[in-house]
Amino acid sequence: MFVRRNPQLNRNDELIHLLSIEGLPASILTHILDTAGTFLSVNERDVKKVPLLRGKSVFNLFFENSTRTRTTFEIAAKRLSADVINLDIARSSTAKGESLLDTIANLSAMHADMFVVRHSESGAPYLIAQHCAPHVHVVNAGDGRHSHPTQGLLDMYTIRHYKKDFRNLVVAIVGDIVHSRVARSDIHALTTLGAPEIRAVGPKTLVPGDLKEMGVRVCHDMAEGITGADVIIMLRLQNERMSGGMLPSAGEYFKTFGLSPEKLALAKPDAIVMHPGPINRGVEIDSAVVDGAQSVILPQVTFGIAVRMAVMSIIAGNSA
Amino acid sequence: MSAIDKLDAEALYRELLRGVRGLLKPDGLLVGIWSGGAWLAERLHQDLGLAGEAGVISSALHRDDFSQRGLSAGADHTKLPFEIQGRHIVLVDDVLYTGRTIRAAVNELYDFGRPASVTLAVLVDRGGRELPICAACAPGTIELPAGQRLSLARDDVGKFSFEIR
Repeated sequence: MFVRRNPQLNRNDELIHLLSIEGLPASILTHILDTAGTFLSVNERDVKKVPLLRGKSVFNLFFENSTRTRTTFEIAAKRLSADVINLDIARSSTAKGESLLDTIANLSAMHADMFVVRHSESGAPYLIAQHCAPHVHVVNAGDGRHSHPTQGLLDMYTIRHYKKDFRNLVVAIVGDIVHSRVARSDIHALTTLGAPEIRAVGPKTLVPGDLKEMGVRVCHDMAEGITGADVIIMLRLQNERMSGGMLPSAGEYFKTFGLSPEKLALAKPDAIVMHPGPINRGVEIDSAVVDGAQSVILPQVTFGIAVRMAVMSIIAGNSA
Repeated sequence: MSAIDKLDAEALYRELLRGVRGLLKPDGLLVGIWSGGAWLAERLHQDLGLAGEAGVISSALHRDDFSQRGLSAGADHTKLPFEIQGRHIVLVDDVLYTGRTIRAAVNELYDFGRPASVTLAVLVDRGGRELPICAACAPGTIELPAGQRLSLARDDVGKFSFEIR
């Protein structure tokens, strides 16, 4: 029988690309989180640089804009001593009509060793991984509605840092679940790492009932969704959903599903509040919560660099 | 009798203790290389009656075989509970072989500052050097085939022995 291999793994089941969290075993996720712990301490040294990717060229290919994610990938690659080339593809060759694979062929001719790819189409990083040279590694930095694996991993790092263990946790993910690659990556990672209860919280237009099939508990009531939670992951409300008739108004949304101090009081007293950014204060989350004692939103950013260093160094050390 | 049976780790440790006592400057610091060297440094630190605790250094982030071997799990072992800037350091390891681990560990050390000096003390020197590195103290010597890996083991009560894989 023909068995299709996971395209992220080599013959020894080692990670060579990071395209999606779905299908990766807990051992690989844990290895990435453990390695990130090492790099977190590197970021606190006098010399914030290690030579693991010295002489390697990392190309940041952002077909869709994202300042924060691109910057954290750039910092991570530079702290591993790689040369980083940022291509603002959205404004260059693609705009002139070049196809994705032609762009990749050209950059490969410039001796790229790693592509960090952000694309509005789901599956674009997978397509690149299938067509690039065998020594080239691909990291998905967010593709369409599909996956944002490094965000998922940095969320897991954050949760493990504060809660130590996944096995007794109630995790509530609140907001636009259906369009969110972050939510999808978080759900896959939490499931693989053994979190027993994951709740998807939001209005019916953004949290359809069939999400149950991903193994989550669907809650259309905010109080029900966050009562007793250990971890609350708030998602950014994308403005374009407002005009698409999926929501009445921003004010209405905040009243029902915005995280205020009063609603946060329903969660466990030591619950942590996370958000992948950028934050819309007063739309999905109250300023008092963003700046409050339970918020770990800024530590998430710090952990994100260490997690991206871990991912890049692990895949660069494994060969196809 | 095989080569390893001639190596009495505990007897060699006593010699190492004498050697390190001579090498360590009055304000000197002990730093052990993960993992065997760290065990040795920890015990030397205790037996020499030094204040605080010994440092631990990992060579993982500076290894020169990263592209062949990748990143091993559990590399998070560098812990230097002191400033190394301007200090005299005795670097401790269990086995000295090619010298590549020592090179990587010294690079790692320099990410934390510029020591006044670094001296090397090991339990066993098995020859086979590929870099210009030598130990100031190496009580034991042994010759082994290139494919064999000699390393220190520590039992529940802290007693040392050698193992070959």
